[in-house]
Amino acid sequence: MKNYMKLELAAIGENESFARSAVAAFALCLNPSLAELSDIKTAVSEAVTNAVVHAYGKESREHSLWIECRADGDEDGGVLHITVTDGGCGIEDVERALLPFYTTLENDERSGMGFTIMQTFMDGFSLESERGKGTKVTMLRYIGREKIPNEKNQDAVKERTDA
Amino acid sequence: MQIQSDYKNGVLYMRLSGEVDEHNAVAARSRADQLADRYATCERVIFDLSEVSFMDSTGIGFLIGRYKRFRRYGVPVYLMNTTKAVDKILEMSGVYTLMPKM
Repeated sequence: MKNYMKLELAAIGENESFARSAVAAFALCLNPSLAELSDIKTAVSEAVTNAVVHAYGKESREHSLWIECRADGDEDGGVLHITVTDGGCGIEDVERALLPFYTTLENDERSGMGFTIMQTFMDGFSLESERGKGTKVTMLRYIGREKIPNEKNQDAVKERTDA
Repeated sequence: MQIQSDYKNGVLYMRLSGEVDEHNAVAARSRADQLADRYATCERVIFDLSEVSFMDSTGIGFLIGRYKRFRRYGVPVYLMNTTKAVDKILEMSGVYTLMPKM
């Protein structure tokens, strides 16, 4: 079975809960465990929050973010691909942004753990960003099946990103 | 995200409930800080997280922010009743080194 969905949302905080719930509902076609669903919701929440808080600044309400999901598998499990894209300011220093506890908004009580959580909770992760054009986060999660070593997952994410 | 408080024998209990994310943490922050200022002379503070149904990295920022607030008053902060999902986030971010789990 192959399944997909595409969502366009206003880049506003009110949509953070909707976005993670929508992806979790979509993932149900792969029959995930509660722990897997919880990881997926958390990772999506981090990606969407980044787009809401960082991508467009104070004009966030006027802009969109996009979520695409693809499921390959069946009720015994499979692979869930998720991309979260914005058309905002982009990330100045991607390498630095990926460091645990790094944040550009220290006074706002941001923990700087968003990307670390996405990387830890998912089986594959990649980040593309261009100044002034936007940011795209691609994540992959194996559901209900034996995990593949992490380097292979990164290759799978890369192949998908390149395609 | 809601906060209910209870003060007993020098201990301030703060029970968080609902979803802890960036959007709904704003109101909870000011409510928690009002409580912190009001009970600045308490012996310790315990956050009860049993009713938290979802938490992302906002929760880390929220708890560390409150920890700093109480530290000004010399009040130690503890966490209790963490769910498995919440535990995973707090453990990986080292929050328990500042606020031990009871």
